[in-house]
Amino acid sequence: MTSGLRIRNLSKNFGGLQVARNITLDIPTGARAALIGPNGAGKTTFANLIIGALQPSSGSIHLDGKDISQLAEAARVRAGIAKTFQITNLFKDLSVRDNIRLPILEREHRTFRFLERHDGDAAIEAEVEELLADFRLLPLANRLVRSLAYGQQRLVELALTLSLKPRILILDEPAAGVPSSDSHLIVDAIKRLPTDLSVLIIEHDMKLVFEVASRIIVLVNGAVLVEGTPEEISRDLRVRELYLGAGHG
Amino acid sequence: MILISTIDIVRTSLGGTGKLLPVAILIICAFAAFWLFPYDLGFLTQMLIMMVFVVSFDLILGYAGVATLGHAAMYGCGAYAAGLFAIHASPDPLLGLAVGAVIGALIAFFSGLLLMRAHGLSLLMLSIAITMVLQEIASKARDVTGGADGLSGISMTPILGVFEFDFIGKTAFWYAFSVLFIILVVLRVLVASPFGLALRGIKDSPSRMRAIGTPVYWRKVTAYVIGGTIAGIAGALSAQITSLVSVEAFNFALSADVMVMLILGGAGRLYGALIGTLVFMTVRHVAASIDPFNWLFVIGFMLLAVVFFLPDGLISLPRRVAGMIGARK
Repeated sequence: MTSGLRIRNLSKNFGGLQVARNITLDIPTGARAALIGPNGAGKTTFANLIIGALQPSSGSIHLDGKDISQLAEAARVRAGIAKTFQITNLFKDLSVRDNIRLPILEREHRTFRFLERHDGDAAIEAEVEELLADFRLLPLANRLVRSLAYGQQRLVELALTLSLKPRILILDEPAAGVPSSDSHLIVDAIKRLPTDLSVLIIEHDMKLVFEVASRIIVLVNGAVLVEGTPEEISRDLRVRELYLGAGHG
Repeated sequence: MILISTIDIVRTSLGGTGKLLPVAILIICAFAAFWLFPYDLGFLTQMLIMMVFVVSFDLILGYAGVATLGHAAMYGCGAYAAGLFAIHASPDPLLGLAVGAVIGALIAFFSGLLLMRAHGLSLLMLSIAITMVLQEIASKARDVTGGADGLSGISMTPILGVFEFDFIGKTAFWYAFSVLFIILVVLRVLVASPFGLALRGIKDSPSRMRAIGTPVYWRKVTAYVIGGTIAGIAGALSAQITSLVSVEAFNFALSADVMVMLILGGAGRLYGALIGTLVFMTVRHVAASIDPFNWLFVIGFMLLAVVFFLPDGLISLPRRVAGMIGARK
């Protein structure tokens, strides 16, 4: 049994338009992988295929040896796959604390309980406080998320996603929209992620990618162009041409 | 023992005795209304029934964010079920309420299976369509429902075998108030629970809820069934107290009024539903007695003012005023 995420010949068509073409790759347990590529390469589509927001036209996805290709999005989350969104997707009218508490309650199968208070379980409350402290969000815990700066919202999104205790974490452009003065918060948070967690980062910011990823996959027109270590990718002529244009190879 | 543990659940779920203030105010208001307006008990009872109906809609729209215009479907079915039950099976009021609740829940479940898959305009249209179909069935099934003449001949035995319905409407008033009070306490417990938090999450971002593993569709169906159960109770109350059910119980205008009352008072607050109903029905009562043809102008202007100046409803007025005073200092 292969540990981690195993993707084989994954394809997705929208009518005549093929947005993912025979993608095959492995993200083993504890990996720090990055998916890069130009705009329109199909990176977010690929992420949506993994989390189940889109169903593949063909191919398979296995998590720790179990075929999850046909599972719905919510079931894949329960299987251990979680994703942050390219554009922050939070519960903006809830407090930061409730944003962390809600996924924990869901993970513990408690959101179908009617007679207990949502903040009544000591163990869950301790976990919420710990996550808030880990992401330095304690001073903001009672504020509504909509009142936070965008960089702070990105941190809340990361904390929210981690509260699900996933085995595979997909970060879709975690630093997008974050002011450069705050991007170190995101980088620090990613570096502090548990080592047994597999991470796939979709990112345009090459500095961030080379700082946190140990393996890089380059996607072009929905297909894997090349895969390798950051050093291999930075030396690859096709990638240099892709990012710097013809003549720089 | 059961009573003590129930009180304990309610007390802890309400967040301690400090948050019981609105409940205490509600009880004081009920006593004040009873003593101050002894000749308007019929109107006040109608208002209490409508409050039950509007809080049921608050759970669906205010908490789960599901906007429908067919909430009268459950109200109407609850009313007919309780009326028919009283005529053909048992005139016991509490049993009748239970029947109204069950029928409201069943209608909400089966219609919710379809409705909760739809969004936006499609959801609004489908919810109206379902209510119209039910209204047409009630209208055509003359032998059972009385058709356009309505279902009459409903008479109830005393509540708990003790409290007989009187001509002035004292029993009806306290009966309706007791039902409203119990439903409010139940809903307070519900919205403070993990399920209540999940509903607020669904209203805020269904896509994020799916991304944390929530079966959003089934949570919405559940909320719809709970709301439908309470709407069924409201319908049953109406049938028992007025001794009449007409096809008007399914009217589109009733569903629209409920939405207006909720938005006026403030959605997603429970007590906002009570304030909205109180203001809407009082203004309608007074304005219609002054000018029976143009009273809708008043309601329209009031709704415009609230939507523009108090988007969180009349319940947010004290906070808004306090904020303005604080800003001036």
